[in-house]
Amino acid sequence: MKNKYSIFSLARNALSYHQRWQTAWRSPEPKKQYDVIIIGGGGHGLATAYYLAKECGITNVAILEKSWIGGGNTGRNTTIVRSNYLWDESAAIYDHAMDLWSDLSQELNYNVMFSPRGLLHLAHSVHDMQEISRRGHSNHLNGIDAEFLNPEQIKKMLPFIELDCRYPVMGGILQKRGGTARHDAVAWGYARAADALGVDIIQNCEVTGFNIRDGAVCGVQTSRGQISAKKVGVVTAGHCSVLAEMAGFRLPIESFPLQAMVSEPVKPIVDCVAMSNGVHAYISQSDKGELVIGASSDTYTSYTQTGGFDVIEETIGAIVELYPLFSRMKMMRQWGGIVDVTVDRSPILSKTPVDNLFFNCGWGTGGFKATPGSGHVFAHSIANGEMHPIAAPFSIDRFHTGGLIDEGAAAAVAH
Amino acid sequence: MFIIECPWCGKRDQSEFSTHGEAHIARPEDPSVLSDEQWGDVLFFRHNPKGQHYERWNHAHGCRRWFNVSRNTASSEIYASYKPGEARPGAGKS
Repeated sequence: MKNKYSIFSLARNALSYHQRWQTAWRSPEPKKQYDVIIIGGGGHGLATAYYLAKECGITNVAILEKSWIGGGNTGRNTTIVRSNYLWDESAAIYDHAMDLWSDLSQELNYNVMFSPRGLLHLAHSVHDMQEISRRGHSNHLNGIDAEFLNPEQIKKMLPFIELDCRYPVMGGILQKRGGTARHDAVAWGYARAADALGVDIIQNCEVTGFNIRDGAVCGVQTSRGQISAKKVGVVTAGHCSVLAEMAGFRLPIESFPLQAMVSEPVKPIVDCVAMSNGVHAYISQSDKGELVIGASSDTYTSYTQTGGFDVIEETIGAIVELYPLFSRMKMMRQWGGIVDVTVDRSPILSKTPVDNLFFNCGWGTGGFKATPGSGHVFAHSIANGEMHPIAAPFSIDRFHTGGLIDEGAAAAVAH
Repeated sequence: MFIIECPWCGKRDQSEFSTHGEAHIARPEDPSVLSDEQWGDVLFFRHNPKGQHYERWNHAHGCRRWFNVSRNTASSEIYASYKPGEARPGAGKS
């Protein structure tokens, strides 16, 4: 039984100099057999396992992670949370996540530092203005909050912004429920809560192949031996194509590097998330005080978790143009992750040509925000053997039927 | 970020080039006879290997001509670049 985190446990542990904190999750040896194996110990995989155990009554579950949990894209994103997508299907899944975000810290008994500080999309061209207008009205129809702001209102929110520059600020759209959450805490919170329900989190365990019998998956081969399973869920983001190839099919996905960086910590100055999709400049401030800046993805496919300096230069150029105040900020760290991008920039939550093998991937450049919702509907899909109604439109079949959910064309850029 | 050898201009910085995905995709001779499944495969499904890959590049800020590159997506090492119409070199180093 896990000790509950509270003000009292904090005080109690302070008295023992914080030497007696319970381990947050076990490191068990893999069992021979599981009801469900989740491949990939990122946020989405951990959330899936948690909801399988919590809501679906399936506790004989293992998460297989090739390195350490939350070490991939979960720990590499810019922590942005929002749900103001254009299409009904996207609105449904991202707003489902938003509902879960709102009390996730209480649900997990772990402070995920969800901070709905407001998320502002800036429009720098007529096209941008038309895009936010269309999307904002679509949001209203879906019951998602969206406020249109004029340049004066934006200046009030961000007093240091340069409205009249190379990228003139013509307007903006604000989702007040949007904001940020602490990415590592999301992984750790789900891991701890899933572990408490009996889920085995097995790190340093790389899957090297699938055991498939009569067209159905019956287990996996790993760097730590064979493990059999009744059902397998693959949640491996940038590496989903590699896993699909092991299972004998292809995905409509290509993997690209996506970079981000943080500055030295400074006093609070940016109290919302400001995004300029048109010029690929995304900025917010972490609770530690670092400016968190996201770039656009590189244009070539790669698995290297590094990207080009030209991409960083372009992003920083746009940041400095819009926010000249930051021109002398020092960047502390810069890194890349591998994002799994579909042609319509919408995810894939789907059954596959192999029975009992499910894939949850293709979240591309914006998967963090969906973590709770994605895990929740994917867990129910695996448990029931049929895709959850919110997940169903994201089937891999859409690339053959033509039923694309084209957020890419809607936003005209990565999001 | 890496150096790419344009078959016409020689070695240049990667930022001079634009990339356009997998190479050697044969367009179907008669699209009207394809099933939805086959047509979806042609349009949307690409190889996404972790390792050696053939892809199309364009020297966008140079001679603006197209060519193909054999590159390792796990290490960014470039094995070969060659003109369109030329046979693809063997996987790995030539």
